[in-house]
Amino acid sequence: MSPDNIVQYLISGITAGSIYAIVAIGFNIIYNTTGIINFAQGEFLMLGGMISITLAQFMPLPAAILAAVIITAGVGFLIELVFIRWIDSPSVLRMIIITIGLSIVIREAALHIWDEKVRALPYFTGNEITSIEILGARFSPQVLWVLGTCAIIVIILNIFYYYTLTGKSMRACAANRTAASLCGINIKNMVSLSFTLSAAIGALAGCVISPITQTQYDCGATLAIKGFTAAIFGGLGSSTGAIVAGLLIGVIEAASISIIPLAYKDAITLTLLLGILFFRPGGIFGSREAAALKEY
Amino acid sequence: MLRIRNLESGYGSLKVLRGVTIHINSGEIVTIIGANGSGKTTLLETITGIVRPRAGEILYKKRNISGMPPERIVALGCSLVPEGRQVFATMTVHENLVIGAYTRSSGPDRENVPEDLESVYALFPILKERNRQLAGTLSGGEQQMLAIGRSLMARPGLIMLDEPSMGLAPIIVKHIFEIIIQLRSRGNTILLVEQNAKAALGIADRGYVMETGSIVLEGTARELLDNHDVQRAYLGKDYKSIGE
Ligand SMILES: Nc1ncnc2c1ncn2[C@@H]1O[C@H](COP(=O)(O)OP(=O)(O)OP(=O)(O)O)[C@@H](O)[C@H]1O
Ligand SMILES: [Mg+2]
Repeated sequence: MSPDNIVQYLISGITAGSIYAIVAIGFNIIYNTTGIINFAQGEFLMLGGMISITLAQFMPLPAAILAAVIITAGVGFLIELVFIRWIDSPSVLRMIIITIGLSIVIREAALHIWDEKVRALPYFTGNEITSIEILGARFSPQVLWVLGTCAIIVIILNIFYYYTLTGKSMRACAANRTAASLCGINIKNMVSLSFTLSAAIGALAGCVISPITQTQYDCGATLAIKGFTAAIFGGLGSSTGAIVAGLLIGVIEAASISIIPLAYKDAITLTLLLGILFFRPGGIFGSREAAALKEY
Repeated sequence: MLRIRNLESGYGSLKVLRGVTIHINSGEIVTIIGANGSGKTTLLETITGIVRPRAGEILYKKRNISGMPPERIVALGCSLVPEGRQVFATMTVHENLVIGAYTRSSGPDRENVPEDLESVYALFPILKERNRQLAGTLSGGEQQMLAIGRSLMARPGLIMLDEPSMGLAPIIVKHIFEIIIQLRSRGNTILLVEQNAKAALGIADRGYVMETGSIVLEGTARELLDNHDVQRAYLGKDYKSIGE
């Protein structure tokens, strides 16, 4: 591998990884307030991409993206309202079945609305042959859009969680649901908010990656598996863990391409996922103490 | 202030409360004592709406709160300091207290929140010292103080405490009980559930004795302290020492 190649792999790994990190954060937002994994998380990215592609034919790109984010957030809100809210004490198995069912329904609905053609949003700056040079390696400027958007999402989420009362209330729900309701917090509303928020973030991520990865009615599943691996790898519920694990998985995948055939790229992540589940189910950051702190 | 009539509740097919009738007047300290599993925690959880009542009525300030969700009940001024403290372990002491004032955050009363924060810190100076520390890293006694402080941030009319002395050293228990007396003198009404019957009856005006989900005895704290059955069952005195 020449030095240029290393930079090339590193940057494409980080780009893919930052998307996995965002998907993992989407999982975490819902996991933290509800204790459940929303297996329809990948579908939010697909919806964001598809809706923005359709709307971009009628309006400027930024407006189309904004509208797609808002519409997908609305879908997330409705899903919670219709399918989750009325369940009094959800068992884990029941929630898994419900969210997997939802992901199938959304995918099928997308197939009916849009057909199975692969589409993509136009590049935000320039076109598919525009490129910029970073440390001797050449990239599409879209890579910077992806990295920048992911960074901004993380920063804004942190400000929300640590500096606003609503954000703090969501953390309180995550720490101790009964105590949160004894403090006057309406838990069900917080759960609605977490679905809305994670749908919005997913949709935004789905828009920025669309020019690079393209969007199809079933593209959510792969993204969800990668993001899920990052979430587990980083320790469920930990956003720092999600970011580090997401980037790591992205880089490992990118590096693997230079050693083994491209077709096995996805198998790497799955192997990693199984390995973690077997040997380190708490994730790299899921230390014993942190787990104990969270319960009490 | 609080009036409960023939309250029944439980978990699933298990019936725990079997017709509980109690009342608490404004400005009183009332204690409920009883053995493990007699249903004291269940009673407090039913009053605060965590457990749904099955029959009976709960009137708080003449208003029926039976069946309301916890967040509405606390907004009316009826606050629980739960068994085992239940602080938000992954949040700082300061954040715990801020969340305590959640019900006031959208009303005109929110201007008084900083002032109340200072008064909680004045009541528990150790919390001020530790205000940037994660609540999960506090000692048991400090967590109990934080749980009480968090409840005070809601400016409750009625404070219910579930075994505040649990697992604490005698000197800390003494401190907590002094705080409870202080709260009463500041105009709070208090419902205190305790295993430590002697300490609880020592500061209470009145008390109830609970056994397997029913109230079996009630009276002033003095009457209960003098009652032979109470002495034998809850104050650790045997027949001989009672006779002396
Ligand atoms: N969440 C629950 N689900 C099922 N049964 C419960 C639950 N919580 C309590 N119980 C049962 O209800 C009964 C009363 O319990 P409760 O906690 O109210 O007693 P307590 O008087 O507070 O006891 P302690 O002094 O040990 O705290 C017990 O038999 C207990 O096993
Ligand atoms: Mg109890």
